[in-house]
This record gives sequence, structure tokens and C-alpha cells, in this order.
Amino acid sequence: MGAGHAHRLHRPGRSPVHELPPHTKLVAVLGFVVVVVSTPREAVWAFALYALLLAGVAGAARVPAGFLLKRLLIEVPFVAFALLMPFVVPGERTELLGVPLSVPGLWGAWNVLAKGTLGVAASVLLAATTDLRALLLGLQRLRMPPLLVQIASFMIRYGDVVTDEMRRMSVARRSRGFEARGVRHWGVLAGSAGALFIRSYERGERVHLAMVSRGYTGTLPVLDETPATRAEWARAAALPLAALLICLICLLGRTP
Amino acid sequence: MRRPGVAHATPCRSVIRALLQVLCSSVHHSGVHVPDGFINAPVSAAAGLVAAGAVAVSLRGARRELDQRTAPLAGLVAAFVFAVQMLNFPVAAGTSGHLLGGALAAILVGPWTGVCCIAVVLLMQGLLFADGGLTALGVNITVMGVVTVAVAYALFRGLVLVLPRARRSVTAAAFVAALVSVPASAAAFTLLYAVGGTTDVPIGTVLTAMLGVHVLIGVGEAAITMLTVGAVLAVRPDLVYGARGLTAPLKLRVGGELVDARPAAGTAATAPASSGSPKKLWIGGVVTALVLAGVVSFYASASPDGLEKVAADQGIDAKAEEHAAAGSPLADYGVEGVETERLSGGLAGVIGVGVTLAAGTGVFWAARRRKTPADA
Repeated sequence: MGAGHAHRLHRPGRSPVHELPPHTKLVAVLGFVVVVVSTPREAVWAFALYALLLAGVAGAARVPAGFLLKRLLIEVPFVAFALLMPFVVPGERTELLGVPLSVPGLWGAWNVLAKGTLGVAASVLLAATTDLRALLLGLQRLRMPPLLVQIASFMIRYGDVVTDEMRRMSVARRSRGFEARGVRHWGVLAGSAGALFIRSYERGERVHLAMVSRGYTGTLPVLDETPATRAEWARAAALPLAALLICLICLLGRTP
Repeated sequence: MRRPGVAHATPCRSVIRALLQVLCSSVHHSGVHVPDGFINAPVSAAAGLVAAGAVAVSLRGARRELDQRTAPLAGLVAAFVFAVQMLNFPVAAGTSGHLLGGALAAILVGPWTGVCCIAVVLLMQGLLFADGGLTALGVNITVMGVVTVAVAYALFRGLVLVLPRARRSVTAAAFVAALVSVPASAAAFTLLYAVGGTTDVPIGTVLTAMLGVHVLIGVGEAAITMLTVGAVLAVRPDLVYGARGLTAPLKLRVGGELVDARPAAGTAATAPASSGSPKKLWIGGVVTALVLAGVVSFYASASPDGLEKVAADQGIDAKAEEHAAAGSPLADYGVEGVETERLSGGLAGVIGVGVTLAAGTGVFWAARRRKTPADA
């Protein structure tokens, strides 16, 4: 992958987390998120422990806290949703600083905020420690249909090309004095979108022809088939297993 | 009539309704990328199964349409969808909207490739940008990919077959398809939330707020989709999947008489696609019906729970707040919850039946269109 694809998402490094095979990391993150989502929301301390686990992983991966927090901002629209819940959910009411709030709404807001944030943080750590190509290889090793992996890999490879093309169109529009101010200008923008589609589609055809002329038969050869060792699986499984342990303890603690 | 409780209830409810509007538009603004913990685990898993099935079927459909070219073409179209979602369309006074792209993808590249592209975009957004939770991936693909594309394409196809064969009918059909697909996907999300939402928001109110906001968003989506489809049609009409049937058959003038030309290489290439389309459409209709029926049946099975819950809430309210004035608005929500829960169930039914009907009509028309030239 060229320099343009490095994105701000991936932080190259040589930490133990970076060096785990990608498919073990994918399974670990998915397992962790499933455990987090299945944890009852009343177990507040369990979520604190999950956050500590993720902080531990971030520390091991040498991902700075600022980077992680900045990437968490993607969640903001749903934070707005969560913050409104205490006001709109019916049910038992409580007073906080003179404002009536709904108790189920507060629990709901906590639920979405805690689980959503942990999920985003886990995904951010995965993307930060795994480069795009490795991520796709990981998906392939996890038996995702090869065609889907190929589509995803072409999307990743040409995503920046297409986005750049869109930016060049925008520069061209503005350098001719165009400024989109309202609905009246949608025609011009839609014209650009249409042109972008035609260019993308034609590029797809050219890419296909170039590939066929190099012997493409519909499948891409897998070059580096390196299965994960048992030790690597164990290291990757540490995160979801620790989370599962916490979850089980809090479930057992609730039963009596 | 004018009890103090009633007078109190109206502003309170309008405030709640306004808050819900804000809330729903904020949900939209992230493109309904549902995070983890929003929908409970069983419903997320079920939605994941539905999404996996739909993507598997779509992959086969896309491969039949594009064969070897599937990966590069669908990949580039996915990149296009990804890019065009970032294109801002200014509305007024500093606000702006952006395209969701489901209907546009379905019309430009066909429903199968469309579902594949949207699914890949959502998968990559979830994995790379942490936009949308990993456990909610199934919900996101079902709502934004499958429902949007199925509703948009069934409607579009039905309209194109009914309307006169002209470029303008394609753009008009694109407008209607995009317009309906956005509130339909919002309704699908609300239904999933009604079944597996982790917090009991009054579903009826959420549904009306979601639909209200999304009809508005749908108008923008429809205008942009229509203009974009029109722009592509003007330059490369052959690239618009939804307008494939529009090219008039080639005629030769032999001795002053118009005669059908022998199918040349160019028409031979398009012939298999058009001959396969009723079958594809039929399968598409069945998949849509199954998906919708699944959602509806989920809803039906969860519905008694919802009713019990409302009843319990009311009982608790009655005990907790004995004074009638404060109790009445809450009781009001309870009743409204029941009423509108039924309404939302009915709405799901209507959407399901509508889609099935549209697909059915589409099949009927396509079959008739195909028979006539074949017999002649």
C-alpha cells in the first residue's frame, strides 16, 4: 500500500499487540465486544474493569491516550441520543439538581454510553495496531467469502483515489467561482457526483482489464499463509477471556 | 375537560416530541450507524444472520451479473459510495445534508451489487473508523443496506415498468424510490429497536418522530438521487442498471420497411441480463418479503412483552404518584404506547405488503414485456 493509504487510523509499531496475527486480533475484539454487550448494565464496576483492560492493551500497544480519546469523538451523535434519554423515557422519576429525570432513562443512557464507548475503543485499538492489508488478510483467514474480501480490498485501495478525485472536482468548481450555498446549487453537485460515479466505474473496468492482462482469473492468490501459533492465540484471547471472567463473576454475584 | 393535569400534559409532551426529533436527527446524522449496546445481543445476532444471508445471496447475484469483473467494479462502486457520502449538500443557513446512497447504488449498479457495496462500506467503516459497533454490524447492514436497497429497487423497478418508457420516468422513479427508502429504513430501525432496544423509549413516539424527520431527509435524498441519476443518464445511459430496458431495439430500414435488426454483439451482451431479470426480481421480492416477515414476526412475538411492560409501568406509576395531575401524562404515554405500538406493527405490515406487491407487479410486467418480443 502506498503512503496515501496509511491514514491516521493506523499507528505503525512493533509492540506485542502489533505483532499478533490479524485474525486472532479480530476474534479477540469481537469476543470482547460480545461480552461487553451481554454484561448487565447494573454491574457498573464491571465496565470500569473492562475500561482498565482496554487501557492495558493500549499501554501494551503504545497507543497514546490522546489518540484514543480523539478517535472516540466519532460517537458524539449517539452521546446526544443517550443524554436525551433521561428526559424522554417514561417511568420512575428522580430529582437531580431540581431537574426531574427518569430512572430507566438514566440506566439506558449509561448502558449506551458505556457499551458504545467500550466498543468504539476496542475497534479503534484494532485499527490502530493492524494495517489495512493485514486486516483484510485476517478477514480472509476467518473464512469471510473471498469475493467480499476482494471487494473490500478494492474499496480500500481505491477509496483515496476516488476521494481525491472528488476533492479535485471541488477545487475545480471553486476555482471557477462556484460556491454551494443552497438547494439551487444541488444540480451542480449532483452533476459532480454523477461524473464521479462514471469515473469510478470506468476505472473499475480499466483495473479489471489490467488485471486480466496479468493473468487474473477471478481469485487472488494468497501469498503469506502464516497460521497463528497456539501462544499467539493465547495472547490474543487474554482480553476476551479476562472480560468473560469479569462478566461471569458479576453474573454469579447477582444470582443470590 | 380542562383539568390542570391535561393542561400540564400538552406542553410536556410537545417538549418531549421536540427532544425526540432532535434525537432522531442526531441518529440520522451519523447515518444510523448503530453503536454497540444499543440493540440487545439476541436481536443483534438475529439481524447479523439476516444480513449474512442477504449478503451471501447478493454476492451470488452480483457474480452472475458481473462475473470476473465483480471484485474491481463492486470495489470501485463501494469506494464511490464511501466518497459520495462525504459530499455535503448545503440546505440553508449553514445546515447541510449528505447522501446515504442506498437507493442511488441500487439504481446505478443493480440491487445485488448495491447490497454488496453498502455492506462492504459498512464493514470497513465499522472496522477502520469504529463508525458503528461490531456487534451492531448486522443491524446496520440490514437497516441501511438490505431494507433500503430492497425497498428502493422494488419501487423503482415497479414504477419504471408502469411509467412510459422515457428518461424522465427513470429519474421520477429514482426520486420516489429514494424518497420512500429513507423512512422505510428508519421504520425498520425503529422496529428492531422496539424488539431489541436496550431501553424502553416510547416506541410510538419514536416511530412518528423518526418517520417525520426521515421523510424530510428522504426529500433531500430523493432530489440528490434523482439529479445524480439524471446526470449519469445524460452521459452514459448504458451504465445505469435501472435504465437497461430503455434503449429502443435497433431497427433497420429494408426497402422502406422497418425491420428488427439481427441481435448483434452489443444487444447479445445485454440480452442475458434482461432475460434473467424477472427471476432475479422474483428472488429479490422473496428475500425482501422474508426479511420483512422476519422483522414483523419478531415484533409480533415481542409485542405481548411490550404490552405487559406498559401495563406494569402504568401500575407502578399509579402506585408511585397517587395525585392524579402528575399521573395523567404518564398514563397518557402508556395508552399512546399501546396505540402506536399497534400502529407501528400495522405500518410494518403495510410496508411488507407494499414491497411484496411492488415486486410482484414488477415480476408480472417484466414477464409480460419479455414474452412479447420473444413470441414475435
